[in-house]
Amino acid sequence: MKRIFLTAAGLFALIQLFAQQKDTTGFQARKLKLDEINLVSSYYHQNGNNAAVTGGIGSQKLSDIANVFDVKLVGYDKKARKHSLDAELGIDHYTSASSDKIDLKSNSSASHADTRFYPSLTWTVENEQKGHSIAIGLSSSTEFDYQSFGGNISYSRKTKNRNGEFTGRLQVYLDQVKQVLPTELRPGGPDEEHYPGKNRNTIAGSFSWSQIINQRLQIAILGDLVQQNGFLSLPFYRVYFNDGSVHQEKLPDSRFKIPIGFRANYFLGDNFILRSYYRYYTDNWGIRSHTAELEVPVKLNAFLSVSPFYRYYTQTAVKYFAPYGQHTDQQAYYTSNYDLSKFNSSFFGAGIRWLPPQGILGWQHFNMIELRYGHYKKSIDLQSNIISLNLRFK
Amino acid sequence: MKHATIFRVLPVIACAGLLFLSSCTTVKEYQKNKLNDGEMTLGNRKVEKTELSFQSYREGASGANAGKSGGGCGCN
Repeated sequence: MKRIFLTAAGLFALIQLFAQQKDTTGFQARKLKLDEINLVSSYYHQNGNNAAVTGGIGSQKLSDIANVFDVKLVGYDKKARKHSLDAELGIDHYTSASSDKIDLKSNSSASHADTRFYPSLTWTVENEQKGHSIAIGLSSSTEFDYQSFGGNISYSRKTKNRNGEFTGRLQVYLDQVKQVLPTELRPGGPDEEHYPGKNRNTIAGSFSWSQIINQRLQIAILGDLVQQNGFLSLPFYRVYFNDGSVHQEKLPDSRFKIPIGFRANYFLGDNFILRSYYRYYTDNWGIRSHTAELEVPVKLNAFLSVSPFYRYYTQTAVKYFAPYGQHTDQQAYYTSNYDLSKFNSSFFGAGIRWLPPQGILGWQHFNMIELRYGHYKKSIDLQSNIISLNLRFK
Repeated sequence: MKHATIFRVLPVIACAGLLFLSSCTTVKEYQKNKLNDGEMTLGNRKVEKTELSFQSYREGASGANAGKSGGGCGCN
């Protein structure tokens, strides 16, 4: 952890040093200046009846309020390279009925609450003349029972005619899961509050190729190779066997995932945009899934658009899933987490985006507001609603 | 792991990609006014950030969206 903060401090020092460089080549270097601020807030509420904490039965009622504050600074060095510094701070606060049930003797209200902080910092250096850029980033995520530190590095290169771009990225996450067991399974008894941590590490290699096809159409192909190792279960998820005994969820300590995605955006006429996305996903736990999404922004005028969208998702179950009371003691791995079961889901809604030329409420710097609502429904008795707001200052 | 499906899907994606690429024309900077529209961006917009987050918690699949590929929890 200390090393990550030292690296972040070093990064800032380097940027400060760079920002103070004097022009010696004729090009006017420009210090880092505020380019854009984004505030994203959302409210999410779900309800269902397959809580994993109670072995696949029980309330999944959950509410989450998220706020993300994102600041982007841009400057140029004496070699005319563009430097962007993107700092983000996210804060989520949630209440969850199922987490109450870590202790089965508690009441069933949605009273359990936790807050998650997730700051991140990304520094990008772009050579606009040569058409390539390199970026490095650090991130962390902290909540009561989970701590994650991440680092990433990426490289992008445009084609000679500036119509295509390749990006490769490497991401590493070093996580710690606190062993908060269901109270009846704690070795020291229900009142034990010592929660040792177990490691969960993720390494992901990503690539993307984006290509302009013509003046109205652009596409992208995206793919990841993700390897996870360590404690991949959640310690407070219960599994009830067919003999009535209760156990802690147990999943393999290794998982390999391959998602491959394709995007195509087309500007139809002067008022319609077709935004499409498809993803195929497979992993070695047995999940295979397809995701298809279409969003159609309709430009009501030059500054206002409405965007209805629909997303369909389907997946097969992991090999280790069985509902409440159906696992046997012959199985090495077991879970009753319905997020890993076979289901399909629909997500639909609409957004509205407004960029008045004189700024929102006449404030020139407050140049964009976007509001989006979506309803999500699984085929296995879970539904949720989410409303998100993005305010942009430039 | 069964790779049969992925080996069926990959050629389809590759062929679709080649089909698009073969019809490419070089678009100059001054011809990109429609492509540069904020809603034509080939990625997720800021307002979608928390949607992606809940989907990665509630579904077994994630990734291939130029976003985060790990970290966080998703415990509830």
